[in-house]
Order: sequence, then C-alpha cells, then structure tokens
Amino acid sequence: MKELSVNHLLGIKYINKNDINLIFETADHFKEVINRPIKKVPSLRDITIANIFFENSTRTKLSFELAQKRLSADVISFSAAQSSVKKGETLIDTVNNILSMKVDMVVMRHSNPGAAHFLSRNVKASIVNAGDGAHEHPTQALLDSFSIRERLGEVAGKKVVIVGDVLHSRVALSNIFALQMQGAEVMVCGPKTLIPRYITDLGVKYEPNLRKALEWCDVANMLRVQNERLDVNYFPSTREYAQQYGVDKALLDSLSKEIVIMHPGPINRGVEITSDVADSQQSVILDQVENGVAIRMAVIYLLASKIK
Amino acid sequence: MSSKILLTSKEVDIILHRLACQLIEKHNDFSNTVLIGIQPRGKFLAERISTILKNEYGISSVDLGFLDITFFRDDFRRNDKPLEANKTQIDFLVEDKNVVFIDDVLHTGRSIRAALTAIQSFGRPNEIELLVLIDRRFSRHLPIQPDYRGRQVDAFNNEKVKVQWKNEDAPADEVYLISNPS
Repeated sequence: MKELSVNHLLGIKYINKNDINLIFETADHFKEVINRPIKKVPSLRDITIANIFFENSTRTKLSFELAQKRLSADVISFSAAQSSVKKGETLIDTVNNILSMKVDMVVMRHSNPGAAHFLSRNVKASIVNAGDGAHEHPTQALLDSFSIRERLGEVAGKKVVIVGDVLHSRVALSNIFALQMQGAEVMVCGPKTLIPRYITDLGVKYEPNLRKALEWCDVANMLRVQNERLDVNYFPSTREYAQQYGVDKALLDSLSKEIVIMHPGPINRGVEITSDVADSQQSVILDQVENGVAIRMAVIYLLASKIK
Repeated sequence: MSSKILLTSKEVDIILHRLACQLIEKHNDFSNTVLIGIQPRGKFLAERISTILKNEYGISSVDLGFLDITFFRDDFRRNDKPLEANKTQIDFLVEDKNVVFIDDVLHTGRSIRAALTAIQSFGRPNEIELLVLIDRRFSRHLPIQPDYRGRQVDAFNNEKVKVQWKNEDAPADEVYLISNPS
C-alpha cells in the first residue's frame, strides 16, 4: 500500500517522485469526484483544518477551502489582517492557540521564507505550505505539472519555460523542483534584473529572448508581474515589459509549433499575456484552477491519512 | 496458512448462471435497471454477470458501472494501511433506476454501507438490491443482507474467503477459504 514519505507538505524539495505520482493518482480520482452531480465525499469528517493566511490570497485560499469542504473536513479560516498578529503575538503562539482548539492540520501562507518549515518543527499538527515568501508554493507546482500531464500525456521529456519575475516567485522555484524531478527540461526567461543570479546552478537554462525561449519549449508558464513586491524599478515600465516579455496572439501564431500556455493567476491582462491568448485553445489557465481543487484534495487526503 | 477450496470452477459457473436467471426473473429486459460492481473485486463479478446476460440470455443492453467506495469508508485513519482508491466509472445517472450492487464477498456489511452512501452522488435510485457470490453469514456488523446470493459460507473471523477470477488473477474461477492469512 502506498503512502506519502512525509507528514507535512513544506515544499517540493522535501518530497520525492513517488510522492508526486501518488498525489497525481489520487487527484485523478478526486477530479472524477468533483465532476459528479454531488461533489462531496465524507472521508475527512473527523478532521479539523485551520487555514492561516498571513498574506493576501484569493484563489489559493478559496481553492484550499473548497478542497477541504469537498472532503467534509471542518474548516476555520483566518487572515492576518483581522487577527491578533497585529497585536504582536508570535507565530508559534498564534498557531498553538488555534491548535488548543483541537485542530489537526494547518494550511499556512506567510511572507517569510521557511515559515512553514519552522512551524512544522514547533507545533503538533500536519502543515501544508500555501506559499512562504519567495521560497516555495508546492501545491501550485503540483497542479501545474498535473495540468501538463493532463494536456500532453506526461511531464517527462517535456520542455517548459518559466517566463517573468522568477526572482520574487515561489511558484517558479517549486515548479523547477517538481518539473526536474519528473524528468522535464526547464528554462527561465525574463529581464536579467528579475532572474536570480545563480539560477543556472539549479540545472535550468536561461534565455533572455522570449521568442527564442518560446521556439524551444512545449509549455510556457507565464508568471505574474508582482507589482506589490517590486520595491525598486526592475524594468523601465510595464509597457516596455509587455513589449519584451508579453505574449500576444501574433507571437503565438508565428511559432513553428503549438505550445501550451499556463499562468498561475491572477492575470494582468495585456501585460504577461493578452486577452486573446488567455482565452485561446492553447491556454490551460482555467484547467489549472479546476485541477487545483483536485490536487489540494489529494494532498490533504493523503496527509490526513497519516494523522493518528 | 492453509487453504481449502469452497467452489470449483464448474460450481462458480453454475452459480453465475443461476444468479443471472434470478436477475432476469425480477428485472425482465433491464430497461430500468443498472448493475454496479463495487470496486475493486466486485468489478470482475459484475462483468461476468453482464456478459452472461448479454451473450446467453439475449439482453441487448445492460448498463454496467463500477463504484469506488474508498472515500466513503468508515475506517479512514483507523487502519494501519492507507486506503487506496480505485476508478469509479458510472456513465449514467441512477436517478429513479433500479440499482443492483454486485460484490464478490459480503462480510461485515461495511463496504455496502459505504456504497449506499456513495451511490447517492449519482442520483436517487428507485431501489437498491445486493447480489453477492459469497455470503459470510454470522459475521455482519450492520443490518445488511443480500437479495441474491451465490453460496452461504460459515467462516471464523480469522479466516478469509478469496474469490479468484480466470483472466484476471488466476488460471481458473475458484473460491478458497484461507485459514490464518498473514
């Protein structure tokens, strides 16, 4: 019988290929479940999960909540803006207070890299990292790979380019780990100011020219320009970024092969990709959102089965 | 570990034909009836019954589906081994249909309890019946009894009844009683 090798999902770095395969196989079943007339299963009816978001999130939080409710778990959610964190409470105190209310699992987003890891060593609950600073966002990487597998049959041997703000992106790092683990080739593309200096040490290629990168790849994952994290000017203007690193339909149609377009959302329409690209047949953006629920159901189900 | 044969290939064949006839007696042309094999092991029995109905009794179309009950079981986290899911394949709605659950062995009744909950995701059936090849009476945990049974077996709780299917996992259709399974 198969089970995950870990008790927490802190990052792709800490799991292995068998874990990814198990998560995908389980997610296949949950994807069938969420397409039924009645989309709910009672597996986790005796599990309570706290969603703690110290950083803004709409889609990830909704996706996690929906996944938990589809599994019949009891869910409490809170955002830092409304919490005692503002009153000066420490992270461990906040979480331990929540755990005293008999919570079995914590899904956390935090702006500090390693926050989930720190928590997993200090509190008694299963931890799922929903994004920690610019470090990792494992469920996003899993749903991205799952969407590639769904569209192209498999991930192994595929060429994936990650375009845009790799420097501030936790999605990029988790994706690099996940894709390489499954045998895909990875390239990053973007203005040099937004690419970490030693990124090629991770075994990825760097290509500053978008057209060349797109000609090389099977899949392009277009990262969002994270205006809220750009504390200094990394590129002259949004307009110039869109001209250099934005994908429009003309560029897509001029390529020698049909590539798959992904985006972790939310899209800045007209910046990373234009509306006609986002809504085209080559885009799997809405599939990613649907798969996100199935993947998160699988992760939560598999971690919950290890809670004794 | 010792094993004793309960049903030979010939006996299984006779029983499958009898069960198929009993189904026809109740459901006529199966126009409003669907067969649901309970995953994983009920699938094989459901396929056999469906084939016999089609090939030997001329029932042209029998709706056949497979229902996985993993996410509806009541022993999640109570078992040392994690539960592994199987594929659910029901390409029709069961709303107002007569549903026949098919499983190889009826033991505690807990799988059927889970199946009764799981099937509700696909609509509200008119009625649900249960067909099993082996009915281990005296070992039920729940008030669940089969409507069609192949053979009743009295077995101790530490014994296991194993149904093997030709072309799936064994050279012939056979049913064994295994004492002290590891």
